[in-house]
Amino acid sequence: MSPALSILVIDDNHIRASIIEQGLHDAGHFRVILVHEMDGLVRRIAEIDPDVIVIDLENPNRDKLEHMFQVTRAVQRPIAMFVDQSDAGSIEAAVEAGVSAYVVDGLKKERVKPILDMAISRFRAFSRLTNELAEARSELAERKTVERAKGILMKTRGISEDEAYRLLRKTAMNQSRKIIEVAQSLVIASGLLEE
Amino acid sequence: MSAGTLDSVVAGYIPLLDSALLVIASTYGFAEEQGIDLKLIRETSWANIRDRIAVGHFDVAHMLGPMPIAASLKITTLAVPMRAAMFLGLGGNAITVSNALWADLQGEGAAEDGEPRATGEALASLVRKRADAGRHPLRFGVVHPFSGHAYELRYWLAGVGIHPDRDVEISVLPPPLMPDALTMHQIDGYCVGEPWNTVSVLSGRGRIVTFKEAIWPSSPEKVLGVTESWAARNPDVLHRLIQALKNASDWCALKENATELAQVLARQEFLDCPAEACLPALTGRLQLGKTGPEVEAEIFKVSGYGAQLPNPHHGLWFYSQMVRWGQAIYSDEDLKVVQHTFAPDIYSSAMGLAPLTAGRADLGFHFFDGLEFNPENVKGYIDGFKIRS
Repeated sequence: MSPALSILVIDDNHIRASIIEQGLHDAGHFRVILVHEMDGLVRRIAEIDPDVIVIDLENPNRDKLEHMFQVTRAVQRPIAMFVDQSDAGSIEAAVEAGVSAYVVDGLKKERVKPILDMAISRFRAFSRLTNELAEARSELAERKTVERAKGILMKTRGISEDEAYRLLRKTAMNQSRKIIEVAQSLVIASGLLEE
Repeated sequence: MSAGTLDSVVAGYIPLLDSALLVIASTYGFAEEQGIDLKLIRETSWANIRDRIAVGHFDVAHMLGPMPIAASLKITTLAVPMRAAMFLGLGGNAITVSNALWADLQGEGAAEDGEPRATGEALASLVRKRADAGRHPLRFGVVHPFSGHAYELRYWLAGVGIHPDRDVEISVLPPPLMPDALTMHQIDGYCVGEPWNTVSVLSGRGRIVTFKEAIWPSSPEKVLGVTESWAARNPDVLHRLIQALKNASDWCALKENATELAQVLARQEFLDCPAEACLPALTGRLQLGKTGPEVEAEIFKVSGYGAQLPNPHHGLWFYSQMVRWGQAIYSDEDLKVVQHTFAPDIYSSAMGLAPLTAGRADLGFHFFDGLEFNPENVKGYIDGFKIRS
């Protein structure tokens, strides 16, 4: 069996990054590293020496990454963008979903494609859910989101409505966030995990 | 004309001054006048521009001149045959350094007025002294490996005896992030399009040391990139779009419109920068430092056939630098591909010009170091460079 692939996920959206990480774990990939901070990115990549890099297209550092991959002294092994010319559809799907992948030279495409496909489906699901949430972001919708979050907690944790609300509030306070933000994350995450 | 009858064209762009023709064509009705609904999408990286035009999300895009060449030569990822259908302007770039580096350069006799040779020689002397003292090499930022910026910076450095790969470090950053990277000491200088030089100057964070017009006068910068297949499928729409951009350029070129143009470009939805940062390049008065001096030069030109008609010879010069710096391996076949990518035929027919109005070569190639570029002997030109990868 081939050695486990190390996968670097570069995404400053913490929720989306965690969702991809979870998906990769579920698919049996355990060497997953998340990077949110762009400072010292080049050095981090040299240290981690990943087999596959997944990056979101909103990230302004793509040009810098590609330049770094060209200047081989910065990385130990040549890295190129994942381009499988026989499968133009999957490139389009990736760009459509807002994600791109870079792969070290010599990796077989059969090993990489499932990773890219997974990232694409998670990105799509994430943007679908965030769009739905954005559309419904009125005060009423916020209250409904909190209600949904409470319902999820009651169901998954087997706790009362009051306890569910207190858990949301405590989590929000501990992280210096608003209750609605915590509730939104919870609703998005649980929606994705049901996929 | 009702919206239903307009042809939709989606264009990707990067927030830079030379997106002006697209912005004005779209917001001031020049596109609509030609029966086009021009939708602009701001992007965060040139890689996204390349990918999204390759997969067909964008019909056309604001692109760095060398990008369609790299795509047609298949030396970039997601490479599809492309054309530079028109130039979106000449000039517009400058090289800005940190205040600390400027103080050092003044100590070495740098020119105050942006003259590239004296400033370059001051830099070369400083680079040698720093190396002797065992100090970290100076770091410069450019916007993309396949860019006029990379080639101009490298040409200037090499022209004064600095090897861009050995004596300094060159990294890549998105244009709007350059001023911050300079302030945070991540880089010592950068080559970028306006307004991202002036933004540093006006806020007292950097000093413009020289500019594109001084290194290579009247040289092309951004182009209207289009895939060969889209151009072939939509010749009429492309012609009308070019006409719209040409009409927009005539509006942009009027000095009395400069303030209004600066205000439109500065909007949050476009460049999202102070309006006064857009003005110097638009009015031809570039302020080099916070307290001056100001140089008067046509550092950014958008109107007239001279600023818009693609010239295969310009493509060949970009190609010569790709080979020089190890991005491409020279071949006679490639010369044909490059000339086709920068061929003037699309623009000429859009404007109803005679097919061979490529009299642009008459403008010549006048580089700051006095070297001649002979488009008939690209190989010999490349071989003549002592400093190369």
